[in-house]
Amino acid sequence: MAAVFFFIAGLGAIAGAIGVVTTRNPFYAVLALVGHLLSLAALFLLLRAEFVAAAQVVVYAGAVMVLYVFVVAYVGGQADPVRVAGGPALKVGAVVFAALLAIELFIAVLGSGLKALDSEGAPYEAGFGTPGAIGELFLTRFLFPFEAASFLLLIAAVGAVVLARRRGGLVGGDPRDLAPVDVPRPLGTGTMREAVSGQVGTPAELAEPPVTAPAGDERGGW
Amino acid sequence: MNINWYLAVSALVFCIGAAGVLVRRNPLVILLCLELMLNAANLALIAFSRMHGNGDGQVFAVIVMVVAACEVCIGLGIVVAMYRRRLPIDVDEMRELHG
Repeated sequence: MAAVFFFIAGLGAIAGAIGVVTTRNPFYAVLALVGHLLSLAALFLLLRAEFVAAAQVVVYAGAVMVLYVFVVAYVGGQADPVRVAGGPALKVGAVVFAALLAIELFIAVLGSGLKALDSEGAPYEAGFGTPGAIGELFLTRFLFPFEAASFLLLIAAVGAVVLARRRGGLVGGDPRDLAPVDVPRPLGTGTMREAVSGQVGTPAELAEPPVTAPAGDERGGW
Repeated sequence: MNINWYLAVSALVFCIGAAGVLVRRNPLVILLCLELMLNAANLALIAFSRMHGNGDGQVFAVIVMVVAACEVCIGLGIVVAMYRRRLPIDVDEMRELHG
């Protein structure tokens, strides 16, 4: 029974990964990643990591992916341009590199001769992988990494705000920026519909010069 | 299922993610491929944690998830800043570091 679930989840994970890499529209790539993460959570459950599986679904497939969807909708998920940067050689080279890496990993993992790799793992003890066990580890043996992780999250949150904020504030800016709704939206400003339909090109490429930009109106400079 | 199988899935996902980072040029998709690689590492960590019957690997996996969340946060902030400056959303166009 576990084998059936493993193959369903494992194939789902690999299919989701391939979907992320091959889909041209970033919106669908995000959806493929959500499927991949859910399959991975099923694999974690099979490995008896209940808490990590729950965190994966709630935090990763839930919160982080919503952030992705918002940014893809804001930027206007544009499909990749047709032009290939490094020529087809880069693509072939990347695939060959990935294949070689896979072969090397398989040799390293399966040829390692670790006897435990051929087993189902250590005998299961009650309480392994439960939130209680993980929390106890976090608050006793791994207290410092725990605090460091929380500090890292704080720094990242502040950094994201600093990176993405509007420079110069709103004083003297375009008053239309203040209106939350009923502004006729120009192209490429990130409605959900544009993201799904694969709006191509940034506003700069759509040959639409910035509307009503008087001198000194530095919108979005660094 | 033997631990081998989980490690094989992990290796495959990691390689797919690595190929994606090399092939794609949209920074959003590159971030997604980085997520794939981190998740493959998570799967390997949890498989080894199961193999040893030791919870340390799961703690490591949770910390990896924290780092991935931070990376996404900063990366998406950079993408939004690129969009605000009306730059093309394409990593090959970002050749120079000067603003």
